[in-house]
Amino acid sequence: MSDEPLLRVSNLTKYYGSRLGCADVNFELYPGEVLAIVGESGSGKTTLLNTLSANLEPTSGEALYRMRDESWRNIYELSEAERRFLTRTDWGFVHQNPADGLRMTVSAGANVGERLMAVGDRHYGKIRDTALDWLGRVEIAADRIDDQPRSFSGGMRQRLQIARNLVTGPRLVFMDEPTGGLDVSVQARLLDLLRQLVGELGLSAIVVTHDLAVARLLSHRMMVMKDGHVIEAGLTDRVLDDPREPYTQLLVSSILQV
Amino acid sequence: MTALSVRNLAKTFTMHLRGGISLPVVENVTFDINAGECVVLGGPSGAGKSSILKMVYGNYGVDSGEVLIAHDGDMVDLASADPRTVLTLRRDAIGYVSQFLRTVPRVSALDVVAEPLVVRGTDKEEAQRRAGEMLSRLNLPERLWSLPPATFSGGEQQRVNIARGFITHHPVLLLDEPTASLDAANRAVVVGMIAQKKREGVAMLGIFHDEEVRAEVADRIVDVTGFAVRQAA
Repeated sequence: MSDEPLLRVSNLTKYYGSRLGCADVNFELYPGEVLAIVGESGSGKTTLLNTLSANLEPTSGEALYRMRDESWRNIYELSEAERRFLTRTDWGFVHQNPADGLRMTVSAGANVGERLMAVGDRHYGKIRDTALDWLGRVEIAADRIDDQPRSFSGGMRQRLQIARNLVTGPRLVFMDEPTGGLDVSVQARLLDLLRQLVGELGLSAIVVTHDLAVARLLSHRMMVMKDGHVIEAGLTDRVLDDPREPYTQLLVSSILQV
Repeated sequence: MTALSVRNLAKTFTMHLRGGISLPVVENVTFDINAGECVVLGGPSGAGKSSILKMVYGNYGVDSGEVLIAHDGDMVDLASADPRTVLTLRRDAIGYVSQFLRTVPRVSALDVVAEPLVVRGTDKEEAQRRAGEMLSRLNLPERLWSLPPATFSGGEQQRVNIARGFITHHPVLLLDEPTASLDAANRAVVVGMIAQKKREGVAMLGIFHDEEVRAEVADRIVDVTGFAVRQAA
């Protein structure tokens, strides 16, 4: 792991009018590090993710990102062109519902190729080869490249969304409940794939999940949110094996054992 | 040379879901382990042996005290270290053989064992070759190597776990009952592997309920009952 963080978040706060989304969030994320944000519905974890990924403007606070040229920039003060570069190339965003992150009426190959074209790739044959390679890496058969994701199962759609996000070699990927809404066997396959890709590519990732097993499997560190505040944070196995806060103890003790 | 130095550790659990009651576990836990030495924690169930192991590895936080681990010529306190430092120490300095295997869906037994080498930069084929050697040594039938261990018996899972824990060279190694569900032949293999780690200068801290195994591997026994919390009268 590198000695310089990729992202520095300080006092990040988001209000919707007078209603609190999240407040006073502080953390640093290092290259290769996976951070899980856990909590129940309404705890502010999705608001935090959307603010961190520049989909929402914070009410106060800042998020400094180390650009590829090593300069530090507050992501809320970037020009439109710079922000586009981040969201199309250097960042990925995996939505819970693949339909939010895919174009459902163009082919699987075009879904992957589109992000390459956005960064200036123009050679059709090369784009198709790269798309094929990525479909293979997410275990989608090559003969499905011309099919639309409408004809894919939920698990396949989610894998396609992951390929679409990773094809540009992002350094930071945001994930919102990436395994939510999938059957458990499909979840297991996706989790294994994510774990493998994150490790191989040395990605940094911020994963929002309400599933503590997902956090345990994917993340190095975790933050527990309640009512918009981070109430406990630390090494993932420390938080799960020795939870301190009453709410974290409740969450951990509510896991069903099989 | 001291490889692990535990200084005045204390731990109390506060159970918020049970009216905030306090469960004192241990206090004043203090001992040192030298390179090449195997120290076994002794005492009855519930005395806090597992808790001490988990504090040393950082699974459990501590209320006070230090866990000093030799790393890069310094003694680094894992108990107060930030998460990144703990992960670095776990990568380079301290390993843990847990009692139960936490299986990952779809990953084969061979890759479960090879993984710690792969994440430390060993070439995948070389890592798999060495994983195979470990599994052979522990008598895990080769037909099981390509299968995910989730459906293995307790003893088979434990052997996968031991292979995974012993494949790296960590100067400090924690052993949580690594022989609990093994037959006599495989217990002997593990005793041999521990002896080899000693010769390589690894400092080990373990829990062994099996008296025969304990007698064979322990250089010293630290009695955990001496760390019981003295309740105020």
